[in-house]
Amino acid sequence: MSKFNKKKDSALPAVNTASLPDIVFMLLFFFMTVTVMKDSTLKVENVLPNATEVKKLEKKDRIIYIYVGKPTKEYEKVFGSESKIQLNDKFSDASEVGDYILMERAKKPQELQNVLTTALKVDKDANMGIISDIKQELRKVNALKVNYTTYEGDAFRNLQ
Amino acid sequence: MPKRGTPPEVNAGSMADIAFLLLIFFLVTTTIETDAGLDRMLPPIEPPDVDVIIKQKNIFQVNINRDGQLLADDELTNIKDLRAKAIAFLDNGGAPSGSADYCSYCKGTRDASSSDSPAKAIISLKNDRETKYGTYITVQNELVGAYNELRNREAQRLYKRNFTDMEAEFLNPETPDNVRDELKEKVKNIQELFPQKLSEAETSTTN
Repeated sequence: MSKFNKKKDSALPAVNTASLPDIVFMLLFFFMTVTVMKDSTLKVENVLPNATEVKKLEKKDRIIYIYVGKPTKEYEKVFGSESKIQLNDKFSDASEVGDYILMERAKKPQELQNVLTTALKVDKDANMGIISDIKQELRKVNALKVNYTTYEGDAFRNLQ
Repeated sequence: MPKRGTPPEVNAGSMADIAFLLLIFFLVTTTIETDAGLDRMLPPIEPPDVDVIIKQKNIFQVNINRDGQLLADDELTNIKDLRAKAIAFLDNGGAPSGSADYCSYCKGTRDASSSDSPAKAIISLKNDRETKYGTYITVQNELVGAYNELRNREAQRLYKRNFTDMEAEFLNPETPDNVRDELKEKVKNIQELFPQKLSEAETSTTN
């Protein structure tokens, strides 16, 4: 009799969680390797268009970013719902792009100043008018290398 | 003496909490960067000293209107057909054999009323201020795609490799220098066969 009743009063054994830290560390390392620190908070909506014929942007230190898009919900009341340019952390006018590029260029080491690329991260619903203004400004300061940053994917999805 | 032998186990129950803390910190402060896109060169602002006279037949004009409709060489075109049209134009090789512009590697229709040779052919892109950026990128993508397809064809013929692969390897900073030097020659060679002449006219302000 007693042979079968022995275990009945003992409580449920604790689940061994020793491998939980390992799993979480694995996730942590994954995130540490595939992501980069945010350098500026996005204040504009930024759904990039798709393209297939893309080239990878190498060498992060040679890139100046310009964001364009509709202001996000929290800024909509102040800045309206028209597409805006974001330079660093603030909304700017197209006329400020030239100065911004010159300022950023001055910050870079001498030998890189001539090989900088301007990456345009533009929301796919933005109008070309604002892009043309930016391009005109870029031409004025002789920053001729541009990269229209896109996701990799079927370009025809942009049309929908 | 109390019991000896195996030392007591360290309680590692809080390690998971610490790891989670770090993980959440990284989740909020970082982003996954998109670092690919279409590379383009803008034209310099100073006008060239001499006016270059370009024959009308060597220009392939692409117009995008505010509704995203496309006019390619004065014909209303679906964007899906743009790449094929651009390839036909670039690859035409209309110059008669024996003339200086004759294109020996072209496989086009050799229509005398279209472009003389890939070196002469220019694609001109014009868009409206109201055009959507997404549409513009699609059109750019198709035009760059047309060039890439032709360059790939020539690279396959000459070096049995795709041009886009060679270029990517050439631009990759991790490629060793000796491989790079070898590739540079080939990449330049192909680029000269089909030079990318994609000009963007000033955006029209009128509707």
